[in-house]
Amino acid sequence: MRHIYLDHNATSPLDPAVLDAMRPHLLAAGNAESRHAFGRSARRAVDAARASVASILNADPSEVVFTSGGTEADNLAIFGLAEVGDGPRHVVVSPLEHPAVDAAIDRLQLFRFAVDRPKVGLDGVADPESMVAAMTSKTCLAALMLANNETGAIQPVAKLASLAAAKGVPVHCDAAQAVGRIEVDFRALGVATLAASAHKFQGPAGVGLLLVRRGVRLDPWIVGGGQQRGVRPGTMPVGLIVGLARALEIRHERLIEQAQRWRSLRDRLETLIRARLGTDRVVRHGPTDEALRLPQTLNLAFPGVDGDALLMQLDVAEVAASLGSACASGSTRPSPTLVAMGVPRMLLRSSVRFSLGPEANQDLIDDAGRRIADAVDHVSKFDPDSAAALAST
Amino acid sequence: MTSAPIYLDNHATTRPDPRVLEAMWPYFTTIYGNAASASHRFGWEASEAVEKAREQVAALLGAEDPREIIFTSGASEANNLALKGGLPSLRRKGNHVITSAVEHKSVLGALRRLGQEGWEVTVVPVDEFGQVRVEAVEAAMTERTVLVSVMAANNEVGTINPLGAIGALCRDRGVVLHSDATQAVGKVPLSVVSDGVGLLALTAHKFYGPKGIGALYARRGEPRARLTAQIDGGGHERGLRGGTLAVPLIVGLGAACEIARREGLAEAARVACLRDRLHAGIASRVDTIRLNGHPTERLAGNLNLSFGYVDGEALMMSMREIAVSSGSACTSANPEPSHVLTAMGLDEDLARASLRFGVGRFNTEGEIDAAVEVVATAVARLRAHSAAYGGGVATSVHGERFDEAVQ
Repeated sequence: MRHIYLDHNATSPLDPAVLDAMRPHLLAAGNAESRHAFGRSARRAVDAARASVASILNADPSEVVFTSGGTEADNLAIFGLAEVGDGPRHVVVSPLEHPAVDAAIDRLQLFRFAVDRPKVGLDGVADPESMVAAMTSKTCLAALMLANNETGAIQPVAKLASLAAAKGVPVHCDAAQAVGRIEVDFRALGVATLAASAHKFQGPAGVGLLLVRRGVRLDPWIVGGGQQRGVRPGTMPVGLIVGLARALEIRHERLIEQAQRWRSLRDRLETLIRARLGTDRVVRHGPTDEALRLPQTLNLAFPGVDGDALLMQLDVAEVAASLGSACASGSTRPSPTLVAMGVPRMLLRSSVRFSLGPEANQDLIDDAGRRIADAVDHVSKFDPDSAAALAST
Repeated sequence: MTSAPIYLDNHATTRPDPRVLEAMWPYFTTIYGNAASASHRFGWEASEAVEKAREQVAALLGAEDPREIIFTSGASEANNLALKGGLPSLRRKGNHVITSAVEHKSVLGALRRLGQEGWEVTVVPVDEFGQVRVEAVEAAMTERTVLVSVMAANNEVGTINPLGAIGALCRDRGVVLHSDATQAVGKVPLSVVSDGVGLLALTAHKFYGPKGIGALYARRGEPRARLTAQIDGGGHERGLRGGTLAVPLIVGLGAACEIARREGLAEAARVACLRDRLHAGIASRVDTIRLNGHPTERLAGNLNLSFGYVDGEALMMSMREIAVSSGSACTSANPEPSHVLTAMGLDEDLARASLRFGVGRFNTEGEIDAAVEVVATAVARLRAHSAAYGGGVATSVHGERFDEAVQ
């Protein structure tokens, strides 16, 4: 039986073409700071990658800072914008954020920052008006992700940024799940900083980026040599940076066509599962408006079914999916995103996220739909708790 | 370019070992998965590979427990995590830190920042060889001292510090020893246990592993610095370092450690022979040179020379056939003379006349002999234009400062 990998929001396997682009740099010696031929060649590769990334995301090359990944980029932005040294202030953040942002915000609380997380609706979309309403004269930062990792809900980041600008509050945007999947225009979003991670768009793990709008001064978090103008020192991983850029280029070349394909496959998967199980045994989380949905993320709850048991059964059936953020997997806490959305308690532990990659096709999705429906049936039948819960609904 | 230059800049970075890449490759291609994905086998396989690498790193360092290894993006981050993340837990014992004048910028920079937060930092000088003397560390200690940060080996002159002696002193005083071992790991035998090191930073690309991955060793026994994460998120690495683990890179780091553990000693002997051949070759062709660094307690691959009557920068740029450095790569765009050489007592002229050769695993005798030729020719060419240089006779005051003359 073939493996079906539907966990691309956790990590998306490296594109072989990306690895080809990385290969010469992985084999080479050369520190981009060195001035001999090896160093200059590394520097050229980094500069080309920077220019390419900037052009795709509509930023200036000087606004691109390479990091070790999305988490570091989020941390750099949040601590850099919050300027902890200036004393405790106030931040406004959506309750939907990835742990990378959330944990950094929690850390600010240790520095006695006040934090507001205005409520969101059941569709999992933040309300910019209420975020701005929560701002005070001491607000130094707002954070809103571009697309939610669990539900795929696309957030009104541009709206928030323009409202916040009127109050002089910079906005940080975690775009880890959006970059490479939908059009991301840094200039149009109007945010101060934007984070992305290569391994979410079929680039290598271990590299990400932070876009920092010109004029925004970030306090560096890692202190060291002068690399990347001191904002993010450390020897630049040339091969990884080249891989990030190549992966983004490839995704960007096919962005619109791939999104259309994904939408149709994602909907096909949902339709198949509903058809097999009966539509009352399936609840979909997230917005209904297509414009607010990531094209390849599907988060379904199966009322009465224990999500953990279902995942185990899916693993037996060679289908990889997840309960939510991989970063929080293994924890017994229900998904904070679903909790923030006000999802009924009985559905919290019955929800599974399916996230598609570019390899998905009709055949794979039909196969996945069958296996998922079988697994749900299997777990409902053999789990007495599930069966009882189901009977009581 | 007809042929690639000879790479003699192995302190800046090394070419990854093909065996390292081979170990990494499956994790780039077929074995994907987020090591934090606990719900499916893709995640489990990734996680197993990470734990194996953690054991390989621990074994190379002589650490007792693989859980003492935390993966980071490199040594700069590891040093920051050690100092900014480790010192707050020691604050109740005191607020004094000792470091040396020749540390890497990531250590000096992090300590400078901590200095703004009420930490008192004593920078002890080094001797003429660039070595930190245990007596100097001892003399700097006060009752408020909680941490000593001394690099294992210097990145410019290769001098190896007496970590064992400093570690013993620290252990006696209940002080944590942090060591930036970026240049030493994989090159000289290290044992965090017998050297008494509590925190140790390393990066893979300095010893034939990939760029973008490093680690911090953090002792679980006393005296112990309890770390606070510097990058938050997701609870990875026991909450000490957030971020999806870069599995292929971690596997590469593990493989590089494994190779170093098996072959490190033999390799150091071979590299030292090549380095000595380079030194002897240059000395036989070029007069008025000075060895910077310790004559014996020095990294096998390191050769740092000052060339009288020659500007190091100009010399480096005039030798297209070999890749060397006129300082550490991180600061090579910086026109300031090396802070390491000036700390050793070299004046600005001598510091600017220096060149760092870094011999490594893949260099051959033929390359070394060719490099000697290139250096000799280039120095002769530059000196021919030098009014101060009197035809091979060190007549000026400048020349007298060179203690290593023609054989």
